Amino acid sequence: MEFLRPASWEEALAAKAEHPSAVPIAGGTDVMVEINFDHRRPEHLLDLNRIAELQEWEVAGDTVRLGASVPYTKIMEHLRAELPGLALASHTVASPQIRNRGGVGGNLGTASPAGDAHPALLAGGGEVEAVSVRGTRLIPIDDFYKGVKRNALEPDELIRAVHLKKATGPQQFSKVGTRNAMVIAVCAFGLALHPDARTVRTGIGSAAPTPIRATTAEEFLAAALDEAGLWESRGVLPPAVARQFADLVSGAANPIDDVRGTASYRRHALGVMARRTLGWTWEQYRGTEQDELDDRSKPCA
Amino acid sequence: MADTTSPRASSSVTRTPTSLTQGSTTKGGIGESTLRPDGILKVTGEFAYSSDLWHEDMLWGYTLRSTVAHAEIRSIDTSEALATSGVYAVLTYDDLPTEVKNYGLEIQDTPVLAHGKVRHHGEPVALVAADHPETARRAAAKIRIEYADLPVVTDEASATAPDAILVHEGRDDHHSGHVPHPNIVHRQPIVRGDADAAAARADVVVRGEYVFGMQDQAFLGPESGLAVPGEDGGVDLYVATQWLHSDLRQIAPVLGLPEKKVRMTLSGVGGAFGGREDLSMQIHACLLALRTGKPVKIVYNRFESFFGHVHRHPAKLWYEHGATRDGKLTHVKCRIVLDGGAYASASPAVVGNAASLSIGPYVVEDVAIEALALYTNNPPCGAMRGFGAVQACFAYEAQMDKVAAELGLDPVEFRQRNAMEQGTVMPTGQPVDSPAPVAELLRRVKSRPLPPERQWEVAGGAADVRALPGGLSNTTHGEGVVRGVGYAVGIKNVGFSEGFDDYSTARVRMEVINGEAVATVHTAMAEVGQGGVTVHAQIARTELGVTQVTIHPADTQVGSAGSTSASRQTYMTGGAVRNTCEAVREKVLEIGRRKFGTYHPAWATAELLLEGGKVVTDGGEALAGIAEVLEDEAVDLELEFRHRPTQAFDLRTGQGNGHVQYSFAAHRAVVEVDTELGLVKVVELACAQDVGKALNPLSVVGQIQGGTTQGLGVAVMEEIVVDPVTAKVRNPSFTDYLIPTILDTPTIPVDVLELADEHAPYGLRGIGEAPTLSSTPAVLAAIRNATGLELNKTPIRPEHLTGS
Ligand SMILES: Cc1cc2nc3c(=O)[nH]c(=O)nc-3n(C[C@H](O)[C@H](O)[C@H](O)COP(=O)(O)OP(=O)(O)OC[C@H]3O[C@@H](n4cnc5c(N)ncnc54)[C@H](O)[C@@H]3O)c2cc1C
Repeated sequence: MEFLRPASWEEALAAKAEHPSAVPIAGGTDVMVEINFDHRRPEHLLDLNRIAELQEWEVAGDTVRLGASVPYTKIMEHLRAELPGLALASHTVASPQIRNRGGVGGNLGTASPAGDAHPALLAGGGEVEAVSVRGTRLIPIDDFYKGVKRNALEPDELIRAVHLKKATGPQQFSKVGTRNAMVIAVCAFGLALHPDARTVRTGIGSAAPTPIRATTAEEFLAAALDEAGLWESRGVLPPAVARQFADLVSGAANPIDDVRGTASYRRHALGVMARRTLGWTWEQYRGTEQDELDDRSKPCA
Repeated sequence: MADTTSPRASSSVTRTPTSLTQGSTTKGGIGESTLRPDGILKVTGEFAYSSDLWHEDMLWGYTLRSTVAHAEIRSIDTSEALATSGVYAVLTYDDLPTEVKNYGLEIQDTPVLAHGKVRHHGEPVALVAADHPETARRAAAKIRIEYADLPVVTDEASATAPDAILVHEGRDDHHSGHVPHPNIVHRQPIVRGDADAAAARADVVVRGEYVFGMQDQAFLGPESGLAVPGEDGGVDLYVATQWLHSDLRQIAPVLGLPEKKVRMTLSGVGGAFGGREDLSMQIHACLLALRTGKPVKIVYNRFESFFGHVHRHPAKLWYEHGATRDGKLTHVKCRIVLDGGAYASASPAVVGNAASLSIGPYVVEDVAIEALALYTNNPPCGAMRGFGAVQACFAYEAQMDKVAAELGLDPVEFRQRNAMEQGTVMPTGQPVDSPAPVAELLRRVKSRPLPPERQWEVAGGAADVRALPGGLSNTTHGEGVVRGVGYAVGIKNVGFSEGFDDYSTARVRMEVINGEAVATVHTAMAEVGQGGVTVHAQIARTELGVTQVTIHPADTQVGSAGSTSASRQTYMTGGAVRNTCEAVREKVLEIGRRKFGTYHPAWATAELLLEGGKVVTDGGEALAGIAEVLEDEAVDLELEFRHRPTQAFDLRTGQGNGHVQYSFAAHRAVVEVDTELGLVKVVELACAQDVGKALNPLSVVGQIQGGTTQGLGVAVMEEIVVDPVTAKVRNPSFTDYLIPTILDTPTIPVDVLELADEHAPYGLRGIGEAPTLSSTPAVLAAIRNATGLELNKTPIRPEHLTGS
């Protein structure tokens, strides 16, 4: 195995063009596990850790350009206001040690249906900046996940950053695991209200071959909110609407039975999480719970 | 955190006076919380574990394991592996050097390398030694094995069907004659009184069927060691294990070496919990070292570790309890079926424990009990903390709650009415002849104030998710959360039972170095993290009145210390150290009398002690410094220590004084359950335990908290999942075999009682296992209390609570 250590982004792109089968390594929290378990023995490892700009983020206008290697800890600490859903999701990833190393670029690279960033990215909306020596393209997050652990990157492409819309409304993330910390999701759910566009977006994790959105549920909810004039009135959400939304979210999932949980439990749990996160975001939108929500997403030891 | 009560601050010790004369003034003696020498090193990552062993020109060993659970081996082709550059040896069954090709703790049924057949997923088939671990692994991948699948037996029905395939054909072990089916390793009935007649007196009868999942010891230091070939044709083996001499007894015959040519030294052990009682890489590394003439190191990774050691027996348990209206048990009938997997390991002894401790710490005159262990093609199961008593406790405590509910009695009150005491006769006919404060332990956990309701609420009414079910996963801010409280109490035996000649050896040397009397303690005790080395130094200080005690590394150059298991090591090797120290003290005093006897009459008349480096009378008068007495003489003794003999259980009636000592703990669990998502947060798990005498109170509390947490693990998350069709392990990694994190670990206030057992050294009671028993059923009871569900299986899973 050859270890390539490009000193700059250009060198990295050139190396990837020369060795399209080279496996990039950022935090290594997926790659090293696969190597240790002998699931993968690439001929080339492409180390991205010398490329400083991958560790940086910029907030400009209404978007955040989040470098591919920005570790979860940094997202939790610095981007909670701009990316509340992703910050909450980041906080559920693994342990402090892993959160200090791993980041969204690696989560996207692996594209596991259980990756915790995905539901938040899908709900928040955004684009993946994929770059090769041939040029740059922005892949909408909705088109990024192609199959179980398959993504839309071309063999010579690297992820430079993700472009994420700054939150214009409340966002939530919730994940079920059979342990209270440091656990791979049995299933997960992300929800973002976009009051500016009068839309709602969702993300479902670990309940289909890829991370998915529950578009029917989104459309139903947006319509229900519109019809009742709730975006403007900030009135109480009718329980029937919340229930229907929850049912549609569970219906959108296409889960399987595996060692982590049963398909029917996953469907059930998604419904519960959809109802609860909708309650939290809506209450926050109504302006009654702002402070508490802030407290909740504070990082802890 | 919602509740940050420090475990130490909330722990209390209640003593009944133990009469101690010798050592009462020596600093760092027994009863003090002296700090462990390995503590800081382990916390800072500097402690050298067996996986850190290194030798200049060592090779790396690798074990090729079966990918199927049950199959004939049609052929093995190692030629390509052998031809790989960097490979020094490839060994299969055909390369074993002697006629002894099997090993085993009690029944030698485990092949060193598979012969013609594999009986479980992950069984060792071939070994490779190479100059790099990666080379060894790649070479192993080139070994071609042709398997022909055999049907698997995986449970009682399939294993004991009339046409069931036999896991071991032609058995001739000492249990084969009395078992009803060759796929039953051992069966132990216990009959006392007349359960059927007593059942007629019962006002209520409650029956239940319970399932206990397969738990892993999940020690953090994977199996590892280094074998160095000796110039004399022997081998030096450095290894992490639980019992050096038991390993030695099994290793030497396979190598064809006399035991004295297999020199074993204990290396840094990263936890054991029973999982190192059986051999793992020991023989393999020695074989490779002897074959190649080079040192060979083997280290399992986590994945392999799940196949490298036995697990806790999963069990199915059927219980019938009867009681009268006034809350007295009339009878218990039970049947416990343990899955021993493909090899016997400790199964027979686990059966004996499960049977003899099956009704718990209660007075029941009329019982009909049956426990057995199966041979199946599932992973082998054997020793794990609690050893058969854990599975039973989970079931009988669930039953006790059910009976109490049926009678409309408070569950603690009902237990107290039936609690055993000193003098109670066990189902085996053995009287309990030391304190058995079962009712008192329950009273203590019950009388503690409960943690505040809605303990997750922080100022302003917001929720701290870390104090809620789901924790940081942010699944609830209080919605659907219901509190439950549950109680349980258990009984565990201490030491090796059923007539086993259980002894420990200690060598103690006393001499003068730089003008100061110092002691050296040499035993073969495996320090697996339990704190034995700390306690041995405390005992030597107490008995010999010295400050400086050197603990010699554990090896086989001294007699056996027995196993670091069965809660026995402080009792047994601690007892041996005390015993040898007493003899050393007598020798020192003899020398003193010889040298100084004529100068002071007290040498002949007074009771003499060694205190603070001096010989003193019991009146406190100093007669001479120990250094003056010894000068350049050294006193050096090696002695064996035995506990009271025990008896085998009668094979038909189960009668016999089978156990040495009993240990009791009670728990109260307080949980919050998210009833909609089926997630659980254990908020507090209070324990009260009688320890006889706390030689090191801090270590005692640590053991209780550790055992409690391991019991919590199997209540809410820990389970090795075996596919019922293929008998293959589905989750051999810490990704999917979950153990509690610190966020899953509740506050564990500990209440320590010290009621001396007059038969035991210092009155102490073995403590390591009892807290693992009652913790699990207490958590289950609390979850039942919160949800109203029956919950007959552990670990519980979210879908069990949501019904989806
Ligand atoms: C103990 C443990 C617990 C974990 N728990 C969780 C969890 O709770 N939730 C969760 O979602 N994940 C979890 N993970 C998985 C892992 O931490 C995450 O997927 C993380 O986001 C990976 O980031 P990384 O930087 O470490 O990626 P790496 O391991 O470096 O890379 C992952 C993949 O992405 C590719 N890649 C990395 N950077 C780029 C790039 N710039 N361009 C193109 N491809 C790239 C790599 O080639 C590789 O295929 C856990 C891992 C461990 C070891």
